[in-house]
Amino acid sequence: MEMLSSLIHGFEVATTPAALGMCVLGVVLGTVIGVLPGLGPSATIAMLLPLTFKLDPAGAMIMLAGIYYGAKYGGSTTSILLNVPGENSSIVTCIDGYQMARKGRAGPALGMAAIASFIAGTFGVVALMLVAPPLAQLSLAFSSPEYFALMVMGLAMVVLLAGDSLVKALLAMLVGLWISSIGTDLFTATTRFAFGQVELLGGIEFIIVAIGVFAVGEVLGNVEPDEPPTMIPVPKGLRNLLPTREDMKRCRFAFVNGSVVGFLIGCLPGAGSTIASFISYGIEKAFSRHPEEFGHGAIEGVAAPEGSNNAETGGALVPLLTLGIPGSSTTAILLAALILWGFKPGPLFIQDQPALFWGLVASMYIGNVLLLILNLPMVAVFAQLLRVPAYVIYPLIFGVSAVGVYSESSSMFDLGLLALFGLLGYAMRKLHYPSAPLVLGLVLGAPMERALRQSLMMSQGSLSILFRPIPASLLVAAALLLLIPLIRRLNAARLQVLDREEA
Amino acid sequence: MRRPASSGDFLSGLALAALGTYVVVEAHGWTYMGEDGPGPGFFPTWYGSIMVLLSLALVVRSLRAPAGAPASPVRWREVGRALMTWAAFVACIALMNWIGFAVSFALLTWFLITVLARKRQRVAIPLAIAGAVLFQVVFSVLLQVNLPNGVFF
Repeated sequence: MEMLSSLIHGFEVATTPAALGMCVLGVVLGTVIGVLPGLGPSATIAMLLPLTFKLDPAGAMIMLAGIYYGAKYGGSTTSILLNVPGENSSIVTCIDGYQMARKGRAGPALGMAAIASFIAGTFGVVALMLVAPPLAQLSLAFSSPEYFALMVMGLAMVVLLAGDSLVKALLAMLVGLWISSIGTDLFTATTRFAFGQVELLGGIEFIIVAIGVFAVGEVLGNVEPDEPPTMIPVPKGLRNLLPTREDMKRCRFAFVNGSVVGFLIGCLPGAGSTIASFISYGIEKAFSRHPEEFGHGAIEGVAAPEGSNNAETGGALVPLLTLGIPGSSTTAILLAALILWGFKPGPLFIQDQPALFWGLVASMYIGNVLLLILNLPMVAVFAQLLRVPAYVIYPLIFGVSAVGVYSESSSMFDLGLLALFGLLGYAMRKLHYPSAPLVLGLVLGAPMERALRQSLMMSQGSLSILFRPIPASLLVAAALLLLIPLIRRLNAARLQVLDREEA
Repeated sequence: MRRPASSGDFLSGLALAALGTYVVVEAHGWTYMGEDGPGPGFFPTWYGSIMVLLSLALVVRSLRAPAGAPASPVRWREVGRALMTWAAFVACIALMNWIGFAVSFALLTWFLITVLARKRQRVAIPLAIAGAVLFQVVFSVLLQVNLPNGVFF
């Protein structure tokens, strides 16, 4: 009952003209950047974040969240029509979506992607609403040692799942921790790693690093002109976009699979929507009555991953809002946004900021309906964006990045840092260092150090405080996660030796 | 045999080992453990040390890579274009304080369209001017965002 009244309050917040306007703006922008390959929600949210400081935080959060989940709707359009994923989370959709389009079924593929996204996205919001408040209550018992262990566990998950090389992911995370240490130590006022620069005494703003690595780095990584791939046209008329009754019947399990798997994977730090979509695709194929059709245009191969990557949004917001632990680079930027607006995501967030939390939940219900409308009858309009040449988009990204950073501090030094981190982002791409661990290390570095130092202060320097049941279990789990690749490698070596002995 | 100097892992490993060493050396000058608990040197000492170990592991791994191990070839033309774009962005930032955001941004847009995308002036010049005007109107006039000013704006 209390939840229902809270939700009604949320709808009162989300249906004000200003909040509705921000929701529309967010989902439209999200769809646009989802359609455009090479520009992701992390970069867009990072670029626009500084411009939201003058806005009402609830409206700004509604807009940024709209970009986050809207991009996942838009990403499928590019996957289906071009065989190029608009977003990482839509990579799997290319497999069967593009094959459907080649067989003249682009319309039902686009329609199914939108419908599955809507069903699973709405499921994700319902689950967020049901899971987040009790989890927040549970985490009220957490203090510094538990938080430290939780952050270590979150970083371990991100490191484990980011990229191909565990060593490189760990190194990227450590660089993030180092950047977070730059500036004045708040416990002792000691200046650390400032290189004699007065501008660095206050530390490096997270947003400069995020915009540099994601937006500027992304442009630099994409400047080589490729031949534009051939786009399959969108069928005219809404009727040609709707899946048949038989299609809907075939996708019943895919809707459930995508919704549940997406939400659960979303709750885990580090896994993210790409992994969620791969897992739900795998499950769908494994349990299908006709697995041989997968890869050749099976409509379930569109419904399951598209549903999954949208349900993941609701899941990803659970640890972000109730524990203050982001699970991906995009949620790390949303966490930074909340902190910059003066909020403290964590166990008391829902209790202290009911209008913001429930307004966001309500806006996500509204946003999913808007996205269904945008991605069904208006999909042809968004598909036209694929004709905009890159040389028009890249200067705009540079311009918005520079304006975003300068508007926050009016500092040319910060613009110099932006260029520097842009180069770092490009180098990381080229050398195959994942950027998510760097961003998470940067966001979690300061609170993690604070939690560790507070814990050790509580115990007069004794590490025994970390052996309390919850932190000890989390730290052991984190260690095991990081040991998994080593165990796998040792096992592979053992099998090789056995094979040789048998031969 | 693959030469170490051509390996991105080898060079980045060395650079990160140097960064880790710098972190540990700097942290050595700060209090590690005080009366109230860990000092400002505690956390950097730990992550700096781990960074040195991991980056050296990366260096060793790149040196031990088998001779025929597949390494994705570096496309220098692509790298050159990216670095040229970056240099143009840096120049644009450097010019902002002198000629203002609008003119500097117009020059960057013009450069990217003519030099990198190899489009004609009749495409590049109108787009550069339109982009600069759009930014000035949207951000400076409508959103009242503070933009770098120069002799022109």
